[in-house]
This record gives sequence, C-alpha cells and structure tokens, in this order.
Amino acid sequence: MTPSPDLRTAALLGQYELDPARHHELLDARGELRAHWRHFMTGIERGGAAQMRHRLDLVARQIRENGVTYNVYADAKGTDRPWELDLLPQILEADEWQTLAAGVAQRARVLDAVLADLYGAQRLLADGLLPPELIFGHDNFLWPCQGIVPPGGRHLHLYAVDLARAPDGRWWVVADRTQAPSGAGYAAENRQIISRAFPEPFRDLRVQDIGGFFRALQTTLQRLAPAAPGESPLGVLLTPGRFNETYFEHVYLARLLGMPLVEGQDLIVRADTVFMKTLDGLRRVHAILRRVDDDYCDPLELRGDSALGVPGLLAAVRAGRVLVANALGSGVLESPGLFGFLPAVCQRLLGEPLKLPAVATWWCGEPPVCAEALNELHRLVVKPAFPSRRSEPLFGPELGRARLGELRARIAQAPGQWVAQELVQLSQAPVWQRQHARTPIVPRAVSLRAYAVATADGGYQVMPGALSRIAAKAGARVVSMQRGGGSKDTWVLAPARIAGAEPPQQRPLGARDIVRYDDFLPSRLIENLFWVGRYAERSEDTTRLLRVVLSRYVETGGGVSTPALAAALDTCRHLELIAAGRPVREALLAAVTDDAAPNSLAQVLGGLLWSASQVRGRLSQENWRGLMEIQREAQALARERADLGETLDLLNRVLLATSALAGFAFDDMTRDDGWRFLVIGRRIERLQFVADVTAWLLRHRPRSDAATLEWLLELADSIITYRMRYVSAPQAIPALDLIVCDPANPHSVVFQARELARELETLDARFDSACAARFAAIADRLDGCDLAALEDSLFGEALRDEAARAIAALLEDAAATAREVSDELALRHFAHVDVSRPIVSA
Amino acid sequence: MNARPLPRRAAARYRVVHETEYRYSSTVSVSRQAMHLAPRACARQRTLDHRLTIDPLPTYRQEGVDCFGNPLTRIEIDHPHRALLVVAESDVTITARGDLRDPADSPAWESVAEHHAYRAGRAPDAAALQACRFRADSPFVRAGTELIDFAHPYFAPGTPLLVAVHRLMHAIHRQFRFDTEATQIATPLLEVLAQRRGVCQDFAHLMIGCLRALGLPARYVSGYLLTAPPPGQPRLVGADASHAWVSVHCPRNGWVDFDPTNDVLPDLGHVTIAWGRDFGDVSPLRGVILGGGAHELDVRVTVLPLG
Repeated sequence: MTPSPDLRTAALLGQYELDPARHHELLDARGELRAHWRHFMTGIERGGAAQMRHRLDLVARQIRENGVTYNVYADAKGTDRPWELDLLPQILEADEWQTLAAGVAQRARVLDAVLADLYGAQRLLADGLLPPELIFGHDNFLWPCQGIVPPGGRHLHLYAVDLARAPDGRWWVVADRTQAPSGAGYAAENRQIISRAFPEPFRDLRVQDIGGFFRALQTTLQRLAPAAPGESPLGVLLTPGRFNETYFEHVYLARLLGMPLVEGQDLIVRADTVFMKTLDGLRRVHAILRRVDDDYCDPLELRGDSALGVPGLLAAVRAGRVLVANALGSGVLESPGLFGFLPAVCQRLLGEPLKLPAVATWWCGEPPVCAEALNELHRLVVKPAFPSRRSEPLFGPELGRARLGELRARIAQAPGQWVAQELVQLSQAPVWQRQHARTPIVPRAVSLRAYAVATADGGYQVMPGALSRIAAKAGARVVSMQRGGGSKDTWVLAPARIAGAEPPQQRPLGARDIVRYDDFLPSRLIENLFWVGRYAERSEDTTRLLRVVLSRYVETGGGVSTPALAAALDTCRHLELIAAGRPVREALLAAVTDDAAPNSLAQVLGGLLWSASQVRGRLSQENWRGLMEIQREAQALARERADLGETLDLLNRVLLATSALAGFAFDDMTRDDGWRFLVIGRRIERLQFVADVTAWLLRHRPRSDAATLEWLLELADSIITYRMRYVSAPQAIPALDLIVCDPANPHSVVFQARELARELETLDARFDSACAARFAAIADRLDGCDLAALEDSLFGEALRDEAARAIAALLEDAAATAREVSDELALRHFAHVDVSRPIVSA
Repeated sequence: MNARPLPRRAAARYRVVHETEYRYSSTVSVSRQAMHLAPRACARQRTLDHRLTIDPLPTYRQEGVDCFGNPLTRIEIDHPHRALLVVAESDVTITARGDLRDPADSPAWESVAEHHAYRAGRAPDAAALQACRFRADSPFVRAGTELIDFAHPYFAPGTPLLVAVHRLMHAIHRQFRFDTEATQIATPLLEVLAQRRGVCQDFAHLMIGCLRALGLPARYVSGYLLTAPPPGQPRLVGADASHAWVSVHCPRNGWVDFDPTNDVLPDLGHVTIAWGRDFGDVSPLRGVILGGGAHELDVRVTVLPLG
C-alpha cells in the first residue's frame, strides 16, 4: 500500500511504504496526512528541494559546530563519530500529549514512592506486592543505602521513560530510566538546531518551549541541596569522563544548567562533607547531578573496583550533607520485571489506577507465570530481568524449534532472572533521506523518551518535548542509538488556550546578572590546560625544527651536507628528536611519524590531543575544531611515510594549524585562571626551546655561518623581523639580540621571562609563592647581557668563544629555571590530583 | 552425621586479638577505611569488652552499624603516613549450641525453597522476608548451572533440608583441598569449582552459591576459630586468621551454621564477627587510599580462652 495519490505531498512520499500493521505518525490508515502534520508538510512542499537542501546543510553544519558526537563502543571508525539527527521533527498533538504527560508524571510519582519504600520500611515486600527476588537480586539495590532518607524525601529528581506507540495508536511503556537518565541534553540540542532550520513552521505551529524544564531542574536541585542558611548552594554535574558514550551531552548539559562539570577525582570527602578541588583550595559541594551509575559512585562502600566515584560519598549522603540526584540506588527500578506489579503498587501507594499501560511482561520468577511465558515463547521477546546482566534481547519469532528449546532450559535454570515480553510493532515516523532527493521521505520505527523533573509540590513537571529516537533500517524491531540509529526533535503543539511559544530565547539579563569570573575551576582542568599550553607550543617548535632540517636535507639532495644542515641535525640529536647512528632519512621520517619514538612530532601531537580532550568542555568550538584538524593531519602522517616532499608539505600544514592554536590561546580565551596556566605552559615551553637550542649552538658552534643563523631565526619565528631590520644575511650579534635580548620580540627569551614574571605575580600574591621573582631575575640578567663581547676584538677568538659560553650558561640557567618552576607549579597546584585506589584486607 | 558427642561445656570465654598492619612504599596522604572488627551480638554470643586501637590516630572516626546489623567503624586519616596499624581486642562469651533436633526432622528442602519463593497475593512471614535478603545473587556469589550440577546428588527429592545441607558440606570438605596459594579474594566461583581447591572463603562462597541456586537462603558468616584446640581435639584449619562459614535458613530451626572447611557445625569454638551476603559485605578492613605505592600487609589473629 502506498499513500493516497491525491496528496499534494505525494512526490515526497513516493518511496513511503504504508505498512498497515503499524501506526504511522504522519499518515492515517487511509494514507491521508494527519491533521497536525498538514501545515508542516505543505510548507516543505512549497519550499521545494533547494530549500530542503539548504536546511540539511544548516543542520549538518550546526551539528559539526556543536561537536555533537555519540561515542559508540568498539566502533572501528574511532571513538567519535557524528551523531545522526533527522531533519524532520516528530510532531505530537496537544490533547494527546496532555494525557501522555499526566501518565508520565504519575509514573514518576509512583516510582519515587516505591524507592522510598524499598530503602525504608519495605512494606511492599512484606505485603507481597513486589517479589523480594526482583529487588534483592538487582545489582543496583544498594544495601548500604538502606535506611537513608534523601533531602526532602525525594529519590527521583529526574526521570525518563521510553515509550512506543502500538498499532492501536496508544503509547506503551517500554523501559523506565531511574538512575541517571540520559538524553535530555540531546533533546535540548535537537531543539536548538531544528527550530532554527524551520523557524516559520515552528512559530506557526505554536510548539511548546522546553526551556522551563531545565530551569525546573535547576530550581529543584537548589531547593533540595542541604546548604547552610545564607550559603548559596553549589551544584556540580558528575561525569564518568570523556570515554562515556554520552560525554558530549554531559558537557552540553553542564553549560545549559550552569554547573561545573566534574569527574570523581575532582571531588573529595572530608568529615562527611563533599568538596571540589579548585585552584583556590576546597569548595563545598551541596548537590551532585550524577551521570555515574549507582554502584560506581563510591569505591569505599559500593563497587570497590570503581575508579569513577568519590570515596566516602555515601557517608556524606548518609549524614545528609549532600544531595545526589537521583538518589543512590534508584537504578533498582530499571527492570522490566516490575511492569506487571506496578498497577497494584500504584493503587496501594497513590490510591489511584496506573495511567500508562506498559508492554505486557511476564516475570519468570513466579512458576505459573513462567509456565505461561514458556508456552508462548515463540511469539515473545526474552530479556534479562536485571539490566546489569548485559545480554541482548532474544526474539522468539526469529528462533527455530531447537533454539527455543535451549532458551526454555536456560530460563528454567534461573527463572527469576528472565522476563518475556510482548513484541511491540513500533510506530513509523517519517524520516528524510538526503540521498533520495525526489522521494526523500521513508518510514522508520520510532520511540519516545519523555522526561519528568521533581517539583516543590511533591509532583513532577514533564518536559513538553522529548528525545525521539529512530531505527537505522526499515522494519527494525528495536530502536537503538548504539546500533546506528538517530534522533529527532520532538514538537509538542500548544493547546488552544495557551499562547503560541516563540522559538527558544533567553530571559534578558540585566546589569545585576553580570558575571566576570568563574571561580569553580577544578584543579584537574587547570593542570590539563597547562599541558595543552605546553604541548601546543612543543608541537609548534618540533614542527619548525623538523621543517628546517627536512627542507635543508631535500635542498642538498640528501647527499652533500652543509655546515648549517649538520648543525641542525646535531641540534635534533641533542634534543633527542632523532636517534644518533640511524640513517638520516629514516631517522627524520621517524621523528615525524613514529608515535612510539619519545619526542617525535606524532607523539607530541598525541599528548596535545589527549590533554585537550580532557578539557574539551572549556575550549571554544573553533579551538576544538583546530585540534581536530591537527588530529587528522597526525593520522595522515603515518600513512604518508615514504615521500619527503609530501612530508614537508604536511609539516607546513601542521604549522598552520598549530599557529592558529597560538592565536586562540593569546586572543580568544577569557583571562581566567585556566587561561593563565595555559599561557604559562606555553611561555615556559617556548623559553626552554629557544634557550636550549641557542645555548647549544653557542657552545658547540660558536662561530656559526649565516645559513645556520638563518634557521635559528626561523626556529624562533623571527626571520622576517630580522630581514626587515638588517636587509642582509644573518650575522651573530643582531640575530642573538633579536631572539635572546629583544624585549619587543614575542619569541625572544627575555620576552618569555618578562611575561612569565607578570603572570606569575598574580598567582604569587594569591598563593604566597615566589615564582615571579625568579623569572624577573632571569630577565634582568638577559637585559644586562653584553653582546659586544662577541665582537672581533684584540683578544682574539678564544675570548670571543668564552663570551659565547657565558651567554650559553645564562640561557641554560633560564631553561633550568623554567623547568624548576614548572615542577613547583605542579606540586603546589596539581599534586592533590591523584588517583585513589581500593584495598581490602583478609 | 557421625558427630560423636564430645564432653561439652555450657559456655566459653575468649579474648580475640586481630592485628592488621599495612606498610606502604610511599606516603599515603588520605586513607579512608570501613572496618568490621567488633563481634556482633547474637543469640549465643555476647561481647564483654571491645577495644580498637588505630595508629596513626584517625582524623575522623564514626561508630555505627551496617545494613545487616553488624557493628562497623568508619575512619578517615587526612595526614601523611607510611604505615597503618589497627588492633582490635575483644572479650566474648559463647554459650553452647542447644542440641539440634534430629536433622532428619527438618522440612524437605524443596518445601523450604518454596516457602521463600514469591507467590502473588501471599505475604511472606517476617523471618522468611529477612531470609530472602540472602537468597539472591550477590557480587561474589553468582548462582549458575554448574553449582546446581555440583549440589544435585545431595538434594534428592524429599530430602530433609538439614540432611541435604550436611551432605553438601561433607562433599565440599571431601572433594576440595585447602590451599592458600590457589586463590585470591576475587577468584570466581567457577574457577574454584574447576580447581577443587581454595580457602575457607571460597568454600563458604561455593556452598552459599549451591544453596541459593536451589532457592535456599544462605548467608556468609565471618569470624574466628580458637587458636589452640582444647586437649584431645584436633587443631582446626583456618585458625590464626579470619575464618568464614555458612548459615542456612530453616523455617523450623532458624539459621543453622555449617563450616565446610572443617566439616563441622560451629559451636563453642567459632567466634562470630559479622554476617552478610558474601565476603564483600563483611571484609574486616575495606579502604581507599591516596598515594602509598606498593604495600605490605600483615594480619595476625589469636583467640585465647579466658579463665
């Protein structure tokens, strides 16, 4: 069956197969557009293909810019890949939504009450309304949390439910998300992108605003956080880190909610109080919105092998000193086994019938129920009752007689660990396929993840919107992002009496709202920014040096060596960039591409990307993109092993990208402590490099020729200035002046020393340290450096060499100072950044 | 079952000294420990005196009870240290186990399993609900087919519960070798089963796993054995260290202890410290430290009769 031909949008739907066994979001049973889609579809039709292409580009660009990625584990393509967002929104009518939202809010209330009972009196178990096995057998029933009453008695602050629409048009519950529901951030991001792609229909259709939902979440956390009177509560978002599949969302959500994003190691518990480690010391944390799973939150009392949690967190929770949202142990309700019991539980706890129907589910722990399920297995789907037993759902209709028999035997061995569920024929949403320009709309299975947040009146506020997820392939039985599915923005239309919402906008900020500093930087972040600075500069320096050597090597045809090339190669050996004794060509290529070689460019770039990825949340989009660019170049390095010319070309491109980074660092970042440490890292690295190389040359090639001095100037990025000033081949005294003593040259040693002294002075004043003075002393000595001693004199070359050695010693002192101060900073500001580990005695 | 009645005393008094010493190769800046070192009071056992000495002195210390009713001390040490010494001294009295009824007089094991299973509309009695805490899988004890297969010969249909559990205890004792080298704290049950060797902890976990796989509630008991046996009795395996055994729930007899390592029913010679689902719930010292490098651990336990 294909959609009815008299549609104006018929062309767009030419490929749309109308499977009569399923509900279609867009079309009714006769193939006509449903009323609430008509306006939107007409708009698309009228705009034509060109406009849709334009919208697709807009969406793709926006996603790229936001850096939206969805990490799929074990994905051969790498850990990051663009995350699919369909161009067409899911559209839901006002009336239908009201019913659905009331059901979601009620379900959240019931589940919250169930948690309070399970971690309290356990009446539901004593009265036989819930099977103990289903609770005590769940890895997320946390015994150490038994008896804890969270602030305000609330366990469930943020709740999500996965819903699927059956062929009868009703929404059915497929799964509850109670411990750390993901996806609300993606819903917000989808809204931001898709509403901009369709500004007119968005306004005309009066789509409801979802911003209020996130404000409600902020308010709830603030209200329930146990702050002392007069103290303004600090809330943080706790992430397992960047390897988590939804890390992007954590970054996005933290910004949206205005909370620092922290990892377990950024927090510490002292005397049952949680603190965040910052540059300025410890700051009390009152609320933790967590994205770390229940049992990973405290290695002391929960899973001892967790490196993600905060040792002692549970004690702080028990003492009522911190709010954890959702309450620890709330994951116990993530079990399809509970579905069958909830109607009676709802009646008992709320005194009203459960509104939302759930997919028919048989928990096999009860013999008569199990017998029934085993009989019907061929048409059901079998899942573990406890989600921590990671096993894929098994679809009865796909199993042969023999495999069904095996499955029956497996269930009979441990029946309480299994559920059987009715298969849902998921409803179909229209999806826009870019590659079929003429007939782009096809049906794909869709599910809805709706969200509710606890409110002050003891109830729940439901987000008027959702994360709609779509299957990757036609006819899919399940919808899973990890299997390459995608998502949609979800438009809930406003009821007639509510005024039309405008596309998302912010409340106007007044002068009172002005914030000029961000004092919640975790030390770990600062440390990584410091290393971003050092590695970025080191990448640039290494690239310049390799370019100098490679270009000279190519120019001389690889055979004849000039003194300048020999000196450059020796410098590389001194810096342990190339191994002594290895053939030059081979050693040079390895210095560029071999990421196992200690100081190779590939390795330095790896270090840069690693540190940068640790602070991804702090970097601007441009900065991040610049780094991605470098990563691509680094990956290309390995492939282009053979050709020197190409390698040289590559070095030029890497240099371009690294110089862009320097631009970001010096111009685009806010001057906070993070920036200060990044710049200090850069200056320390630059000072060391220029001082080291120059000192080495002064000691070992005191009478360098013009060609050698030329590449020295090139290394310090000062060749153009030199040419403008002297209009001649480089000579020793003016060259040294420019790269060592000239206070106006941003690459000179003295310039680094002065800048370091200036930045460190701010820190010294705050932390009672004395780092600035050491660089000021170096700068003073450089100012006093007498280059006249290098002039041809009556006393001959021996004395001149001695003068060169004296300058070399001064530069060596400068480099040594930089190393010492770097260590001192690390000790003072980062040393408490350490990984704790569990120990169990027998 | 051939437990020939020995001349029995009505009660015994002991002094238990449990010393734990950590020496770290580098400085520990923060240490946080949760300690199960004080004997819990139970039907046959009373604590007369308990002293806990900790060096260095904790910055923060809190006495409490864990979720299974065991005494638990939590400490925090916020200053740098290179060693940690914890000495727990406890004086306890134990009264003799009243003679068990004839094990054959316990209900058939299937009916016990059924008694603890969920049936729609049936409210479990309080004791059964309590017992259900120890009937599901726990982190160190995952029931599985292999465990059912192992237990199967001893659980013929209709066998009285305590008779069957006795047989299972004999079987473990007979078929497994005590070997302190064979396993570590986290050795999975199936590996223990395959190797047929382990320590008291492993045997307790194995027996608990078998019982739970059959639907029977079983808990892990940690404690100590008398260091030197009374004259004329053999020295038991597992003295001089923490010991572990098993308790099974019988609707008629309540919780009944079994020690598969020694093939005995614990009586005057077993001092109970704590119980839980498995070792993880009751480990004597569980901690998280910052720094420390490599560490050496010494544990010394002595249990001496008091006058």
